[in-house]
This record gives sequence, structure tokens and C-alpha cells, in this order.
Amino acid sequence: MTKKGQQAGSLSRRSLLGGAAAIGTTAALKSAGALEANPANLPPNVSEWTPYLGAGVDANPYGVPSEFESHVVRRSVEWLTASTESSVNFTPLQDLEGFVTPNGLCFERHHGGVPEVNPVDYRLMINGLVDRELIFTLDDLKRFPQTNRFHFLECAANGGMEWRGAQLNGCQYTFGMVHNVQYTGVKLSDICREVGVKPDASWVMAEGGDSAGMNRSIPIEKILDDCMIAYAMNGEALRPEQGYPARLVVPGWEGNMWVKWIRRLEFGDMPYMAREETSKYTDLMADGKARMFTWVMDAKSVVTSPCPEKALMGKGTQLLRGLAWSGRGKIDRVDVSLDGGKNWQTAELHGPVLDKCLTRFTLPFEWNGEELLIQSRAMDETGYVQPTIGELQKVRGVNSIYHNNAIATWQVHADGSVDNVRLG
Amino acid sequence: MLDLGNMMMKPALSTAKAIMGGSLLALVLTSPTLASDRPFNLGKIATAEEVAGWDIDVRPDGKGAPVGAGNAIDGEEVYVELCAGCHGDFGEAVDNWPVLVGGADTLDSHDPVKTTGSYWPYASTMYDYIYRAMPFGEAQSLSYDETYQIVAFLLYMNDIIEDDFELSNENIGLIEMPNRDGFMLPDPRPDAQPVSGEPCMTNCAVSTTIIGRARDIDVTPEEES
Repeated sequence: MTKKGQQAGSLSRRSLLGGAAAIGTTAALKSAGALEANPANLPPNVSEWTPYLGAGVDANPYGVPSEFESHVVRRSVEWLTASTESSVNFTPLQDLEGFVTPNGLCFERHHGGVPEVNPVDYRLMINGLVDRELIFTLDDLKRFPQTNRFHFLECAANGGMEWRGAQLNGCQYTFGMVHNVQYTGVKLSDICREVGVKPDASWVMAEGGDSAGMNRSIPIEKILDDCMIAYAMNGEALRPEQGYPARLVVPGWEGNMWVKWIRRLEFGDMPYMAREETSKYTDLMADGKARMFTWVMDAKSVVTSPCPEKALMGKGTQLLRGLAWSGRGKIDRVDVSLDGGKNWQTAELHGPVLDKCLTRFTLPFEWNGEELLIQSRAMDETGYVQPTIGELQKVRGVNSIYHNNAIATWQVHADGSVDNVRLG
Repeated sequence: MLDLGNMMMKPALSTAKAIMGGSLLALVLTSPTLASDRPFNLGKIATAEEVAGWDIDVRPDGKGAPVGAGNAIDGEEVYVELCAGCHGDFGEAVDNWPVLVGGADTLDSHDPVKTTGSYWPYASTMYDYIYRAMPFGEAQSLSYDETYQIVAFLLYMNDIIEDDFELSNENIGLIEMPNRDGFMLPDPRPDAQPVSGEPCMTNCAVSTTIIGRARDIDVTPEEES
């Protein structure tokens, strides 16, 4: 059973994910056949796992997912970057439910690899325009009043490969640079009170202790409003690849600013114009000028099932699943179209619907084998409407790389398989 | 187009209004009690030596630039030894590593080439980044002079300074980069919104013709069996 299950799983993944033209449109149904149950385990028979004792406690002191879920992993696109240390991988959104991303599935983006920081040696330095330049240990940070908040973190380049057309055939590769966890940590406003911010301080430069020394400038209003230094995610210490032992949290703003392995905050009276806010993370328009300091992540949504990795497995009742989020506040509404944007129906939002947080939506529908062009469109509490790619291109051209929050289209074929397509 | 003084104020104020109405800012910044007391008595005072060891940033105006100097003639040797392996002898880049030289007049083309010369608005950023993060995997290993030499070499290769120009902490904030005015502030978003404000729900006039397929592009990683 184990071997069979694993084999079936890999077949299924290969046929659904593979961009190879050799894979026919019936592949999805064939692999669905490979996933058929073993009659010996079905009623009225006694299933093979029932008579015998299973594994005892401590078989996995730190629990791991079922072996049948081994396909639920982060994945990368090798040709995107020059090295794995300065690279990115993607959250498997298509395999997740609810709005919490498991820690081990949160996408990674590093610029100089993952440093191994012994928490005993961790220090956070505050310097610049403050009354007292202070150094905090991790223990110091944990003694401050605590705050716990769910927030999405999205890379500004999420969907960046799709500006000119449908390029990557997967929900994971086109939307997976986002994750959503509960952060535990210290409000930066409390740290600011401790160091005493001078009146002329208007910008804060956050700097990481990694080999990239990642640094970004953040206006002090944002720092004081809702930024925090987090030392835990989803109830446990930060994962090393997410900044262990401490990272910056900048709710609703592009992920690059959420400096990991944070070692220093410098208060100043002008932006620092670091590489990551000039050479990178600036949005080149068609006329050759670039937008700068485009921090907020606009409202966005994606249908996570069906999608290129999640074929429809049979006719009849279906449950469409998706995620929506906005860096400007709460999600107000998500509409879904099955006919390429001609007609829309409003999906059900599953609470809690939180500020700057992923929101789960579902929509039941009947499918009888007809071709579908599935889209989702998010609106947030400010009234912002997620645009089509055509609307974005009209304003921004196709060289922007960053901040593509356009509606995607999944084409469902008669056999249930799904493709990422571009309409026009 | 990009004015530093304007920049310092505008995004900050608009952000403040959009996010918090300015109330918290006023509380924290103007209250003398909060500004002078330590409410938690946590952390230790950083010594000047400790701050100096970690305070490596260099601002556009040159503030923070350590005392040192270098020119492109000396920089070529350092560059070839430490940088060319990834970035190429002439900054043209090897494999997927960043191109550092050239790209003038390409920013409005179909294939913009964003280099230190064609795109970066400040020379200070080159010093800041190269010292803190380069060579890749040997961060903060360069001497101050070596860093000035490498920056000078790249500026020279991009026709911004002469090869004997002594770049230093005194003048790095004064270098005029070609794309200095190529950036727009503040952020003009939200943009690309429906004219009516309300999105269409039924019988919407949209094209549903498929004009491209990711499957045809065929660059999606394939799963190993």
C-alpha cells in the first residue's frame, strides 16, 4: 500500500505539473485511475491497517506529515537564479486549506543563504537618531510586552514571470511567493520608546545579519504603526530560513522589507537608498522611468483548486477553493468566474477575515465536462478591485517585474486537466 | 524628477495619513516623557566601538562612508581578481549573474538592461552593497580602499568618471549617476481600477480568446518520477 500510494502520487504529480507537450490531455484521468482504492481495504473487508498496532509515541519526536503527503513541498525554478543561496522557492498553495501556512512550507527567499545563528550570540543593535543606542539579546526581546498577529508575507516579485504572458504552468510557481503565519514578537513602537526616538528621525534602516546584509529603508510612521520584531511563527521559534532567531514584520508591505536575521535598526532623517530599494524592487514602466518605494501589496486572489496541479477528478459536485489578500486591509469580497470573466458570482469567505492576512474562499459548482475558464477577483475594504493583466499592462507596461497582482486564468479541459492560459 | 528633500517628506506623510492618521506618531515623537524614559529597562547601552563595527551603511549624501579612496586603474586589478568570475571581465556577466556595465538607453525598450551605470541612481549604493555583500560568500571582507577601487572601476567602465579619478568618502556623495532622475515618487497606486468603481458582474465585455499557454512555453520544472 505504501509503495503503491507513493508511486501513484508521483505519477499524478508528474502528469499534472509537467509542462512537457508529450503528456496528453488524458493523463489526468489515467493518473486518477492509478489512485484508485485497493478493494481489500474497503467495506466490507477489514482494512489492512486495522488489525495491527501502529507506531508508538515518539516515533517522530518532531512530527512530520503523512508519507502520502510527500508531494506537498516547496519547489523552485532552477533557471530563475544563478545560485541556490540567492534564490527563491514557492509555497504549494494548491495543497493547503484554511489560511495558515505550515512553517515548513513557507516559501524561501534568500540573498546570501540561510545563516546559522546561535540564539545565545544573537544581538539586535539600535543606533542613529535615538536618545540611547542600545543592544538587545533575544532574551531581552522576549521580556518586552508581546503581540501576536496573523499576516501574509508576499514577495513583490510574486507572479513576476507572468507579466508578458502565461509562462509557468502551476499555481505554486505563479502565486506561491506568499505565506501566512501567526507572528509572535515585540511591537517596534515599544522598542522605540525604550531607545527614545529623536524628533528628526523619519526613516529607519533595517539590516540583516546574513551574508547579504539585507538592508531596507522604512518610513518611521510604518515602524510605529504596526511593525514588529518576531521571534516565533505559528507557535514555535522562527524557522532558520525565515530569519531565526528574529525577523522584522512589516504587515501588508513587500516581503523584501521583512528583514530576516535582523541585527540592526538605524534611525535617520532620509532614506538610505540601499541596493534593494533602487536597483531592485523598483518598478520599471514602459517609458523607462521607474516607480520607487512601492511598498504596499495590492489586493490579489488565486484559485488554488482546481488549478494546473489540481485537476478535476470527476463530473458532478465540485468545491472551488482559493485565497485572497490585501496589503491595504481586510478582504471585503471575492468574485469567481467560470467563463473567463464574462459572468461572476460571489464566493463564500471563511473567517476570521483579518487585516493584511490571507482569507480563504470557496465556491461550490457543478461540472459536466464542459471547458471552463476560471478566474477570481478580490476586493478589499478600501474598495480596491484586483485588476486584469490587460488593465495592469495598460498602465505599467510589461517590464515592471514587481507587483503583478493581476487576475489569472485556469483553463479546465474536458478531461479535467487544467492549464495556465492568457486571455486577450 | 526625484528630489531628495521632497522624498524625505512626501512618502512619509502620505504613509502616515493612510495608515494611522498620525496619532501614534505624535504620541511617541512629541511626548517628552516617552522620549527620555526607559519604560522597560531592557538591553544594554551600545559602546561607540560596538556601533562602529556594525554601522556599515553609506547614504546617498555620503554619510557613513568610511575614510578611504581608490581609482579605476587600481580597481581593475581588484575587480578582475574578486569580481570577474561572476560578473565578467567587462561587467558583462557570466551565466545568470548580474550585468554591471552598459545598458544605456535601454530602459524604455523591450529588453531593458539595468546596470549600475544605466539604472542605479546613487554611487553610494554601490559602495554600501559591495562592502556589505560582496564578494558573494565573502561578505564584509574587502578593505575600504578596495571597495572604493571596485566602485571607481565600475563607474569608469560605465563612462561616469575618468580612470584616474580618486573616489573617496569625500566625494562619493557627489557622483552624478546617469539615471539619477529616473525614479518616480510617490507611489501612484492604487492604479488600474475600474472607471465606475464597481466591477462588472454579468455579461461583461471581455475577450475570452486564449492568446497564450504556459504549456506551450514549456519552461515549467518537471517533477522527477
